[in-house]
Amino acid sequence: MPSDPLVAQHVLEFPGGYTRTTGPVIGRFLTELRARRIVGVRTAEGRVLVPPLEYDPETGEPVTGEYTEVGPAGTVKTWAWVEQPLDSHPLDRPFAWALIELDGADTALLHAVAADNAKAMAAGMRVWPVWSDRPTGHITDISHFAPEVTKIVSNVRAEYRLQAGGALRTFLEGVERGVLLAGRCERCAKVYVPYRLNCPECGQSLGDTFEVPDTGTITTFAINNLPDPRAPEVPFVSAYILLDTTDIPMIALIGDVPAHEVRQGMRVKAVWVPESERTASMANIRWFAPTGEPDVELS
Amino acid sequence: MRDVAIVAFAQTRHTDHDTGLTEPELIAPVINEIKERTGLRRFGFTCSGSCDYLAGAPFSFVSALDALAAWPPISESHVEMDGAWALYEAWVRLQHGDIDSALVYGFGKSSLGDLRTIMTLQLDPYYLAPLGLDQLSYAALQANAVGADRAELDEIVRRSRADGRGNPYALDLPEPDGEDFAVQPLKKTDVPPITDGAAAIVLATGDLATRLCATPAYIRGIAHRTEPHYLGLRDLSGSASAADAARAAGVGKAPVEVAELHAQFPHEEIILRRALELGGGTLINPSGGPLAANPVMATGLIRIGEAARHIHDGRARRTVAHAASGPCLQQNLVTVLEA
Amino acid sequence: MGNRCAVIGVGQTHYTTKRRDVSIAGLVREAALRALEDAGLTFKDIDAVVIGKAPDLFEGVMMPESYLADALGAAGKPMMRVHTAGSVGGSTALVGASLIQGGVHERVLVVAFEKQSESNATWALSTHLPFSASLVVGAGGYFAPHIREYMRRSGAPGHIGTLVAVKDRLNALKNPYAHLRIPGIDQKMVESTPMLWEPIRYLETCPSSDGACAMVLSSEAAVTGTPAWVHGTAMRSEPIFRASRDTVSPQAGKDCAADVYRQAGIADPRRQIDVAEVYVPFSWYEPMWLENLGFAAEGEGWKLTESGATALDGDIPWNASGGVLSSNPIGASGLIRFAEAALQVRGMAGEHQVDGARTALGHAYGGGAQFFAMWIVGRERP
Repeated sequence: MPSDPLVAQHVLEFPGGYTRTTGPVIGRFLTELRARRIVGVRTAEGRVLVPPLEYDPETGEPVTGEYTEVGPAGTVKTWAWVEQPLDSHPLDRPFAWALIELDGADTALLHAVAADNAKAMAAGMRVWPVWSDRPTGHITDISHFAPEVTKIVSNVRAEYRLQAGGALRTFLEGVERGVLLAGRCERCAKVYVPYRLNCPECGQSLGDTFEVPDTGTITTFAINNLPDPRAPEVPFVSAYILLDTTDIPMIALIGDVPAHEVRQGMRVKAVWVPESERTASMANIRWFAPTGEPDVELS
Repeated sequence: MRDVAIVAFAQTRHTDHDTGLTEPELIAPVINEIKERTGLRRFGFTCSGSCDYLAGAPFSFVSALDALAAWPPISESHVEMDGAWALYEAWVRLQHGDIDSALVYGFGKSSLGDLRTIMTLQLDPYYLAPLGLDQLSYAALQANAVGADRAELDEIVRRSRADGRGNPYALDLPEPDGEDFAVQPLKKTDVPPITDGAAAIVLATGDLATRLCATPAYIRGIAHRTEPHYLGLRDLSGSASAADAARAAGVGKAPVEVAELHAQFPHEEIILRRALELGGGTLINPSGGPLAANPVMATGLIRIGEAARHIHDGRARRTVAHAASGPCLQQNLVTVLEA
Repeated sequence: MGNRCAVIGVGQTHYTTKRRDVSIAGLVREAALRALEDAGLTFKDIDAVVIGKAPDLFEGVMMPESYLADALGAAGKPMMRVHTAGSVGGSTALVGASLIQGGVHERVLVVAFEKQSESNATWALSTHLPFSASLVVGAGGYFAPHIREYMRRSGAPGHIGTLVAVKDRLNALKNPYAHLRIPGIDQKMVESTPMLWEPIRYLETCPSSDGACAMVLSSEAAVTGTPAWVHGTAMRSEPIFRASRDTVSPQAGKDCAADVYRQAGIADPRRQIDVAEVYVPFSWYEPMWLENLGFAAEGEGWKLTESGATALDGDIPWNASGGVLSSNPIGASGLIRFAEAALQVRGMAGEHQVDGARTALGHAYGGGAQFFAMWIVGRERP
């Protein structure tokens, strides 16, 4: 369904990347790394942790303040071969992940190893760091490890392909036609809009969809002074609107009226975009605007 | 400890693609089914497991409450973990003695994003995630550390897929063929299928358990353990925490007829059989296991449900279920069930 | 409610906009080690760890309990991760207490944290999905209409919110851990700040904080030092999209309070509770929760606030610590309420101690005011 307007890409990415403060121990390691030295930290029991942690992973107790330079060479403990690297991987050609016990360390560092092919990899092989040209204090300052002589702002991004299915698809397809679809729970005698499959109160399936009016009453609202991409300007009013014949308010924008003239109990009607501009989206309703009818008395 | 039994288990017919249903819509039929089967409309406690990063939105579990008919308001909690840990929380709550039933559910849609790289986000944010180390890569590291015989791994995949084809809830995956590596030594066929699904379990104590189920599956032991996170701090060829949890749950006190293991990759099954000291007499993952259906965040709970089903059906009297969390079996939960 | 449970250690970090000097592990360890020190214990003495925090998007680390396991001394032990939206800190305490009450463990470490400065809370809370049938504009935009409806129903005068905003910040000046410490805070200052989501003004909202809070919980047999005894625990949740839902005074909050009062033998909360730490992220939620929690009759909560009863020197002090309005590392905010309640009945709240506090309420809520967690702690063994 590549052309289905109800299928879209959704990206979760904090703009600019997460700013991670390192604390003293990780910070020391990364600082040394920037100076092209690899250090470990000693635990109270005398083990050297590489990369260093603030705590002994076995006991949770703080480590000592003693740092010791390790490596730069180390021994591969185990490895895995990546034939098709991902964009996020440190190398853009086939490579190995490896756990590397650096000389003088008691634990293994996880990093990438550049090798010609999987056959060139073996547990017990010796590897050396290859430094990046411009170290910045990041785990990737070691570009990768490579076999002996023979040869961080953290971007968090997750991509999704989301579709509006189930009841939401039914509802948004109605919106595309310029109608608001609801469902009724017979047991609770409540009308739900937007349409949904089950009653949140009793769990019963709602019956067939039916259209409800695009007129209603503002039950309550906020005047927003912080800009929002979905609102034309500030201040804008977001309101709970109880559509006529329904039992649950929808949240929508109010327009065509100065923000401070909006009232609880005010009668409003949806303002639809012209038919030619309609899509299966709530953007079809520009906002709700006052009808001029007398206000409704709220209980 | 108070006797707590699994009296009902329901799951979706898992899919290998996004059907477009929202999470509440995915869960609702399973909840309705388990309510019908037990005749219970209300539970003393409700607990669920799910993960925001699968859905790509914060608070993805909030709307799930709309699927429960949670009115009047219910006593409820949520773990950002596999539903198996929600079951553990409910079991603990039942130990207080003042309630006699609990509803547990777990759900996840792995189809929405790229699970392999989403799992990167779970790693140490200073030393591992910035390397882009992904799920298949760290699993491959562990597979190599195990050093298992290729024929044994292939046979695990073949058996799991064949069992999955016989399980109406699991996916229909073909006989594994092809020698392509995902990340060597992991073959593409060693990778669990992307799966969407949900599952629910009802726990009950005392008279209620026997009233709701002719053959309740009693929880005789349940325990979980974690170990250090960073892969270089662990012996990846085994799982100390799984072995600890198995001992604490009392797996070895008597023979185990069936074990449902949360082994997403074939080498994990080998590690877990050793850690749980399961002998040749134990049937492993007759449901097909995660290699036949892996709805992340429900997979572990389904293991417990499947292990219970063998007791409900009278096919076994002592079964074991295992659930895992974290990279390379970092955290493990073991449940021993008896008729 | 099972076996007896006590709080024997409390640890907090200083709450601030950006903790630039620590890693995520360093932040949570700071609170955990202080709680252990308070209890006179080390990680070795702990049987299990429960971690709580709000959405993982704040730090961009999915299920961070996995990475934090050994930082919290959990290697070889059981560890769980709780997430119940804004109420998560409270729920984390309750899950930890449950492990003691159920007789499963003797000593449990509970920790909750948020390091919001790693990203931006507004971004993390409003990652708009491509398809939606509804318009929601951040937490303030969501809650402001409910506050407006409260004002309409109760007839509360418009300045009540500013009274709470001032009172809680005055209390914060007495709490060394509090984030917002505003010398000279007064009603005029609050009124001079802009409306963000009318009727909510800038200084009537909570800050965005980095911070962590931890507690050591123990069984009766394992108590060390000064215990705060747990007299009642309760959680309640209700569906957000239920027709006719009362969003001003949600039924789940009322039911949760009734449950926890029943366990603690409380018939008249205003008289029997000495101090309450209640989740008030927008100032108007104080009068709203006063009614929801039965401290005042419906429509009368604002009168209690106006009378000064909830001030530190009033007859029922609310948020002596400065509350969420003064410190808000979201995932930890609920746990801080529970921990401050414990500090009060242990007599260890320092400058913001309420004299003679014997019984205290800890409260948290989350989602669209639909998830509730509460406990009552007391100086005496129940």
